[in-house]
Amino acid sequence: MIKKLLKSLREYKKETIITPLLMVLEVAMEVAIPYILTLFGEAIEKANSNGMILYGSLMVGASIISLIAGMLGGKYCAKASTGFAKNLRHDMFANVQKFSFSNIDKFSSSSLVTRLTTDVSSVQMAFMMVIRTAIRSPLMLIFSIVMSFSKHPTLPAIFFVTAPVLTFGIILIIKNAMPIFKRVFKRYDNLNESIQENVKGMRVVKAYVREDYETEKFSTVSTSLSKDFIKAERILALNGPIMQFCLQGALIAIALIGSRLMLNGDSSLSVWVIQSMLTYSLQILMSLQMLSMIFVMLTMSGESARRIVEVLDEKTDLTSPENAIKTVSSGDISFENVSFRYSSHAQRNVLDGINLSISSGETVGIIGATGSSKSTLVNLISRLYDVTEGELKVGGINVKEYDLEVLRDNVSVVLQKNVLFSGTVRENMKWGDKNATDEEIIKALKIAQAYDFIMSSSDGLDKEVEQGGANFSGGQKQRLCIARALVKKPKILILDDSTSAVDMKTDALLRKAFKEELPSVTKIIIAQRIASVQDSDKIVVLDGGKINAVGTHSELIKNNEIYKEVYYSQNKVENNDGEVASL
Amino acid sequence: MKTMKMPRGRGAVPPIGKLNFKDLKRLLKILFTNYKKLLVIIGVAILISAIAGAVAGLFLNRVYDFLEKTVLSSNNPVPITANEAWAGIVSTVITLACIYVLGITSNVVMGQLGAILTQNFLKDMRNQVFAKMQKLPIKYFDQNTHGDIMSVYTNDIDALRQLVSQSLPQFCSTLITLITLAIVMNYLSVMLFLAVVIGIIAITFVTKTIGGKSGGYFMAQQQAVGRVEGYIEEIMHGQKVVKVFNHEDEAVEKFNALNEHLYEVSSKANGFSNMLMPIIHNIGNVLYVLIAFIGGGIYIFSNGTGINISFQSLFENGTFISVLEINVIVSFLGMARQFANVMGQISNQLNSVIMAIAGASRVFNVLDEPIEEDNGYVTLVNVKEDASGNLIETNERTHIWAWKHPHKADGTVTYERLRGDIVMDSVDFGYVEDKIVLHDVSLYARPGQKIAFVGATGAGKTTITNLINRFYDIQDGKIRYDGINVNKIKKADLRRSLGIVLQDTCLFSGTVMENIRYGRLDATDEECINASKLANAHDFITRLPDGYDTMLTADGSNLSQGQRQLISIARAAVADAPVMIMDEATSSIDTRTELLVQRGTDKLMEGRTVFIIAHRLSTVQGADVIMVLDHGRIIERGSHDDLIEKKGSYYSLYTGAFELE
Repeated sequence: MIKKLLKSLREYKKETIITPLLMVLEVAMEVAIPYILTLFGEAIEKANSNGMILYGSLMVGASIISLIAGMLGGKYCAKASTGFAKNLRHDMFANVQKFSFSNIDKFSSSSLVTRLTTDVSSVQMAFMMVIRTAIRSPLMLIFSIVMSFSKHPTLPAIFFVTAPVLTFGIILIIKNAMPIFKRVFKRYDNLNESIQENVKGMRVVKAYVREDYETEKFSTVSTSLSKDFIKAERILALNGPIMQFCLQGALIAIALIGSRLMLNGDSSLSVWVIQSMLTYSLQILMSLQMLSMIFVMLTMSGESARRIVEVLDEKTDLTSPENAIKTVSSGDISFENVSFRYSSHAQRNVLDGINLSISSGETVGIIGATGSSKSTLVNLISRLYDVTEGELKVGGINVKEYDLEVLRDNVSVVLQKNVLFSGTVRENMKWGDKNATDEEIIKALKIAQAYDFIMSSSDGLDKEVEQGGANFSGGQKQRLCIARALVKKPKILILDDSTSAVDMKTDALLRKAFKEELPSVTKIIIAQRIASVQDSDKIVVLDGGKINAVGTHSELIKNNEIYKEVYYSQNKVENNDGEVASL
Repeated sequence: MKTMKMPRGRGAVPPIGKLNFKDLKRLLKILFTNYKKLLVIIGVAILISAIAGAVAGLFLNRVYDFLEKTVLSSNNPVPITANEAWAGIVSTVITLACIYVLGITSNVVMGQLGAILTQNFLKDMRNQVFAKMQKLPIKYFDQNTHGDIMSVYTNDIDALRQLVSQSLPQFCSTLITLITLAIVMNYLSVMLFLAVVIGIIAITFVTKTIGGKSGGYFMAQQQAVGRVEGYIEEIMHGQKVVKVFNHEDEAVEKFNALNEHLYEVSSKANGFSNMLMPIIHNIGNVLYVLIAFIGGGIYIFSNGTGINISFQSLFENGTFISVLEINVIVSFLGMARQFANVMGQISNQLNSVIMAIAGASRVFNVLDEPIEEDNGYVTLVNVKEDASGNLIETNERTHIWAWKHPHKADGTVTYERLRGDIVMDSVDFGYVEDKIVLHDVSLYARPGQKIAFVGATGAGKTTITNLINRFYDIQDGKIRYDGINVNKIKKADLRRSLGIVLQDTCLFSGTVMENIRYGRLDATDEECINASKLANAHDFITRLPDGYDTMLTADGSNLSQGQRQLISIARAAVADAPVMIMDEATSSIDTRTELLVQRGTDKLMEGRTVFIIAHRLSTVQGADVIMVLDHGRIIERGSHDDLIEKKGSYYSLYTGAFELE
């Protein structure tokens, strides 16, 4: 898992290696300084002015080196960790762009957002911590022990008592606190999610007068949560005192034993040596604590790392074949015994035994209840999903043999859940074709009946579209999405319930324009409204993933029960009155 | 007001470097009034622990003193014996150990009580903010993005945690340590302390410049994060569209530009803040050498007879001036280094204190928001009819409701039977003061009638129902409910009398059953199932993996929009309210299923008033009265047949000669 993550380091490998090296230098200085201090102090004591100057300048020199190493280390560390995060975000984002529809279905979009944001920053934090301290702390530990022994042969033995005590204490704390923390953080996330739900659903809460109920529910959860938090934090709060206990214990032991030895005439000891011992004991214990922090950080960010790798590892299950066909000859479509299920372990086929052939230039309507797999059927045509069984041909050739990009440029789908993106109208239109001219865009807008309302604004094509197209009404948005699909100049145009918010008159105008302006384009229209499909060349009635009937409006209205019911549900009054209002 | 604002992450970051003392004071006041005892104990513990830490140096100094005195040197003509020194050292170390024990004990107390205090405080704040949020008017939620509101819980209250559990106590204790150290150093040598002052000036300067620089970049980073997250959100939510248009490469390209910018500023921001500690630390080292040189220099060149100015000598000898002894220099040096490090800690804390106080201000802003006003006094009760036809209040669910109307003037109470008669009289309304969206709207709904509103998006259909349940208050005119001005009815009771199925079907995490029961908390399973049968939802629910016990994920995203609408209709059906408002309640349900749903609700609402808002004409055809709204005015009213006959707007709408969006 870590190897996979580290692949994203790339150009920041240099900084990632330099940072710990600089840290080594910094540590070396940090350890050297107390050593020099001892000599310096002894020089002062012996009134040795030469020694003082020598060791004093050594001290300043060491400080300067440590300063430079520390500053550069800080800089490179920031560069490495933020650069690493940048590459991680990039790699995930780029991989998501390769996802097929079924890959996208697997991850929800909000979970992808969390993975790209929160999870990346948590890994970034852990990474920063690791390159700064993973080498620094053990080195500090070793250096400090070595140096302290070089100062005195026996006194540092005290560390062999205090260090294990501290380590044991820390392990005990982590072992007890971590499981609680993990549990608590999960619950905390849940709490925040439920707050978000509450904010979003505030109108429902108020409409049902559930304010007090919600408040009470919240306070119950938050109270029990805070109890867990207290439990965990109280354990964690023992960390400081344990550290203090070990440090000060060592201090007292060093002072006592050191003094005794000195008084016994141990000439290798001096006040200065004792002082440096104190510094070393501090450094040893600090580095132990740092190591434990790294351990905690790594465990905490492990979950985030796993979620990131999951995205990085996800392989698209739809790719263009080798020697792919680069042109689509016509808008003919044929389904031959096509069945489909969303995943191999799904129990039921969503589409079952579909046989249907559509020839270039035809208009085909598809009608059926919610859940009858209308969208699934059309999504197979541009190979957004692969058929499970059977064959699907476009222009007489199996869709699997086309280059994906070519196929999707020729089969233009206006999705049911459609979105516009922030930017100008022109920018949005150019999604269909990067090189589209204004004339081409205008032509598409005219066919899609979007020209008038775009041009009535003084900005015209430069009108800004807010995120999600929030500054347009539902019907306007749908028409813009249709225009965007037309800019592609496709051979096949698929409208997946794309005119539901468009009024009937405009809807009719749209269909008229399709007929007149796009005679050779195959048009497939999924709709709830009978009026949207009734003048199609053929209408497909889907029911429970199977084709129930295919025919013209007048055939179906006579022979097909489902179609009849849908028709009457929409036109019951007219039916009583006899005459249907029509254009 | 219907446009959903996208969450944009955290709000603007305040400029770093300014402490808002007003909010800090308020925060402290809350802490003091609620946790007085805990705080006093913690305060004492902080004091003890800080002082213990700082004075420890003095005792070590005495140990060195004893050791020095056993050595024969020029300024120490009469050395003490090793045994005498040992006795002195042991007693000093014992005292030191006692001080340490005291320090550790107070640290334990501090840590334990601190954890309790912090978490209880956070819980209180969270609960308070949440409770407050429930009382805020809908307007507040229109004016603030969900992202901004959420940020109060996730970022701002978290910032408070940082402040209360770490920054504040550490700030206090480092401050105390700093002061104690300064006092002790002055006690040992005023002269050498002057050298320390140079260090203080240098550290302050560095903190100011580098801290300021990194602060600026941190703000830029915050903005860049917002932009990158916004773009990620936009593309991830439109990923399928990206695929359909082969737009992957362009998306990556645009993302790279934003990502690169984020990298640049955040690398600088973090770089500068990483540099702060090494710089301060090494200033400490240089300071050490400087003092050693000054002290040592004096010591050497005066042959151990150098002058020291200290309070110690003042207390012991009655004069400031004494001989500078080597052990004074030694312990002074240690303290000087500690002093520099503690200053470093303070400057590190400062930024987080400022950030936390900014968070506190946003929390206080929410707590200070004016709550939804409610001056109503008429309440809704269940009643029984006695033999003579008088209404008698009861706690049973009798399915007969009445308005309980206390009259202030004579202290009597009258009961008005709830019939569902709603009258709007010349109502004007605007979401913003001077932008009127409803003009002079008058309408009446007789008990048991089915009233429908049609019209283009923004014509004011939803607005009318928002006024009936008083999500908003009208500017002019009157709304009467069974003859009572709705302003006199308590909001909770008014809303309880209205079953509403809203345009945005918000389901909550929980089982399907729990979601349906949300309509009436004491409904039995059987009642819930009956309601879902009425709503035509029973069928698909039983086909879900766990039937009614199926867990719905965030906002029911594992259901189709149509299925969610059916559940929300069932939820309203279980509420069994005398008046029902259905706002685009069946817009995502196919027309065949819709017919079945209508049959169910018709049965439920027999004899009760129903308002229907729909954009699909097939939904409203069966209504008793259809109101056609245009730009906030009612332009036509009548039954479907009347209106078709009239050949007016409705007719042209119906035949498609009229824009409807």
